[in-house]
Amino acid sequence: MKYEAVIGLEVHVQLKTRTKIFCGCSTEFGRDPNSQVCPVCLGFPGVLPVLNKTVLEHAVKVSLALDCTVQEYTKFDRKNYFYPDLPKDFQISQYDLPVGRNGFLDITLEGGEKRVGILRVHLEEDAGKLIHKDDVSLVDFNRTGVPLLEIVSLPEMYSPEEAHAYLTVLKSVIEYLDVADCDMEKGSLRCDANVSIRPHGEKALGTKTEVKNMNSFKGVKDALAYEIERQIEAVENGEKIVQETRLWDAKNGKTFSMRSKEEAKDYRYFPEPDLPPFITTQEQIRKIKETIPELPREKAARFIREYGLCAYDAGILVFSKEDADYAEECIRQYPGENKKPVVNWLIGPLFSEANTRNRGLAALGIPPARLAELIDFVQSEQISNLTGKAVLTEMIDTQGTAPEIIKHKNLVQISDTGSLETHIEEILRVNAQSVESYKQGKSNALMFLVGQVMKKTQGKANPKVVQELLKKKLS
Amino acid sequence: MELAKLTCHELLDLIKDRKISSEHIGDDLQKRIQQNDPKVRAYVRGAQPGGLEVSSEIDTQSILKGIPVTVKDNICTEGMNTECCSRILEGFRPPYDATVIKKLKEAGASIFPVKANMDEFAFGSSTENSRFGPTRNPWDIERVPGGSSGGAAAAVAADEAVWALGSDTGGSIRQPAAFCGVVGLKPTYGRVSRYGLIAFASSLDQIGPLTKDVQDCVLLTGIIAGYDPRDSTSVDVEVPDYTRALVKDVKGLRVGIPKEYFVEGIDPEVKSTVEAAIQKLKDLGIICKEISLPHTRYAVPVYYIIATAEASSNLARFDGVQYGYRSREGKAKNNLIEMYTKTRGEGFGQEAKRRILLGTFVLSHGYYEAYYLRALKVRTLIKRDFDDVFKDCDCVITPTSPTPAFKINERIEDPLKMYLSDLYTISANLAGIPGISIPCGFTSAGLPVGLQILAKPFGEETLFRAAYTYEQNTPWHLQKPKL
Repeated sequence: MKYEAVIGLEVHVQLKTRTKIFCGCSTEFGRDPNSQVCPVCLGFPGVLPVLNKTVLEHAVKVSLALDCTVQEYTKFDRKNYFYPDLPKDFQISQYDLPVGRNGFLDITLEGGEKRVGILRVHLEEDAGKLIHKDDVSLVDFNRTGVPLLEIVSLPEMYSPEEAHAYLTVLKSVIEYLDVADCDMEKGSLRCDANVSIRPHGEKALGTKTEVKNMNSFKGVKDALAYEIERQIEAVENGEKIVQETRLWDAKNGKTFSMRSKEEAKDYRYFPEPDLPPFITTQEQIRKIKETIPELPREKAARFIREYGLCAYDAGILVFSKEDADYAEECIRQYPGENKKPVVNWLIGPLFSEANTRNRGLAALGIPPARLAELIDFVQSEQISNLTGKAVLTEMIDTQGTAPEIIKHKNLVQISDTGSLETHIEEILRVNAQSVESYKQGKSNALMFLVGQVMKKTQGKANPKVVQELLKKKLS
Repeated sequence: MELAKLTCHELLDLIKDRKISSEHIGDDLQKRIQQNDPKVRAYVRGAQPGGLEVSSEIDTQSILKGIPVTVKDNICTEGMNTECCSRILEGFRPPYDATVIKKLKEAGASIFPVKANMDEFAFGSSTENSRFGPTRNPWDIERVPGGSSGGAAAAVAADEAVWALGSDTGGSIRQPAAFCGVVGLKPTYGRVSRYGLIAFASSLDQIGPLTKDVQDCVLLTGIIAGYDPRDSTSVDVEVPDYTRALVKDVKGLRVGIPKEYFVEGIDPEVKSTVEAAIQKLKDLGIICKEISLPHTRYAVPVYYIIATAEASSNLARFDGVQYGYRSREGKAKNNLIEMYTKTRGEGFGQEAKRRILLGTFVLSHGYYEAYYLRALKVRTLIKRDFDDVFKDCDCVITPTSPTPAFKINERIEDPLKMYLSDLYTISANLAGIPGISIPCGFTSAGLPVGLQILAKPFGEETLFRAAYTYEQNTPWHLQKPKL
């Protein structure tokens, strides 16, 4: 391709605090409209904001996890604009002294590792929600004043896949810190993208557009792919890219122009006079640093080192902290040096069960020791792999143990040659044609015959033993 | 006995001696208001008879025993109209009390049920910018009472109030106190909670008392002062027992007289009256010294940049969406921008619009550095001037205003001239220091002149001591206007 895309992301994360950023109202999601409001978040005359200190701590924590320099001296500023979802008609945000700046996030791509620079991490208050119904517009102020953390990356991503990987890792890191839910569908994580293109080899940045309204991780990838393609097409048709804000329309798979730079607002930022600056001492920063848990990359490295996992498996296991903690417990409790069987079970059947049930691994409710027990049945060939998976499903559904289920359903693998031979002889009798094919050299026919025996024994026959017995009989 | 003429501390003494009850005070005030307010118009909407009953549920154990306090129309009182004398807040009844009101209620005060008139959103120095019309000066009803707390000052001067709460952003308590011959204090920034004060300029606003004498000023300050967790700019410094400052002794008090405050623009009678007051204080034992506050000359321009910038943002919320006035003219019914522009166009008065425009301009892209940022830097220099002076002065004495009360309509068409009436008071707000204005004599036309005393941050006790000593040795605070 002749062109290179340049992408920078602005991510807004709703911080998980019991109360709002500047008042005591609850931040709980999904309550009746305007049931979690007070004069302060409604911007009534004469009221004043008081900072929720936890919010600042969370922001410092995220800044540190993203290797930012944490400002000892931060302040809030007012961003002025009129809109009905903004009761004061200004948003309390941070302008020139954000909580953190100049950090980075390492991400893993197919082609290797990459470091994406973080320009700044700052705090602000969320706005309300407009609900448009027929010819009226209603405002729900429950969300007004929910603490938001804005994380701005440098324009250092060059494909939708990189942007997607950045988002994924960022979400994972923030979840590890336990400061936010990061649910894009619920709007607790939102992402805007700055996109431009330039000819390969060119150093200067092209004119960017800002893409908004992407409501899922996939949406971000799709919107970026579309927008990059649109810009390339425009340039190749001799058009100029205009600096503008564009909205992603997920239904039609397109971005469309919302406002151009000429219409851009002058936010008239100035220091918020109702909140004095905040000092975070080195001592406080150090204390917050101590609360940062092992982050996904460190954890993955340790899994590789301590349990002999491959990078790919480790990467999958550490993505969510809960999953990683559960997985580690399973690995620890799994007897023996070779951890590969338990890792394979975690990454394979357990993840697939978790995905279908839309739950985390730990939430499947299988205690690590019980999982080890199940794996042991399969490893010792008492049951087949396939049966093992079925037992797992049953364990999740009924919270039963593997021995109980296997015994109750009589699932123990038949490896006893005596009882298997009876079955095999019958199969050979009714499948004379396949026997003939095999003798003519078609090895596929053997697998067919094995399958028939398995079917006859309701999957309980040990396929290895069946295969050997068949070979012996047919030779 | 004409109870309305008495100070709060005198009334409390009478109540203590069981000579009167607070209901008597309410009745007497009502009589006074019916008599005087048609001329003075200190209260909003004109004080309607029958609407003025003072709460009868009085806690006899409380400090204030039900004595009423008059409140400026920009301080929130639960369930009671609080409109900043602006059409845009028409009918607004806050569901909460300002912290000062809460404290007063806890101390047993009754909140006077009609608010005191003011310049719309405290924008003005004459109380002419009120949607309810101008308040008049009780000493000469052809003249303004000063502003923006003109209603509160006039009510106290005309004995239509026992005492009152005002707010001071650039002189809005002290200047009307001077014009009306009463005592007015702007406390140190952060001394009194601003929670519930409808903001004009957040970094400058302070609530303070307007009273008939210094002792009442001390009493009221003691009740409203203190740290408030709901106001992050209030300061967690213990409130001293201010009554201990009520001593008639200024011997050895080191006083700075800034030369910049006695030059051009000052009315000769104001100058001579204030100089006589300083002489009186010298006789009582103060040690005077000429000092310089070199950046004073930038105070007015700096103030009008910072104050309007903050105001333009503070007043944005009056947009017709949630409360107050909303235009329903033409397209305003179904078009958001039309609704905003018509609501604000119809709801705000002339001076409010002027200041919103000014403030929006100085914060605009490309102008911010030249105006707002520069003003902040000069503000620091003005503050430093005072820091230097207070290294070897206990307080600074100046006239409160360059002139006595001017005529109604005299300056309304000339905003620059109007802005200069705050020439001597603005610096204290920019520096965050406390300032008091006390009566110090009269012009030949019988208009009161105010003496301003300034001290370092949290130096209210010094102000009280100097003011009380002067007051107790002079007759000015005992004079009453003839209405």
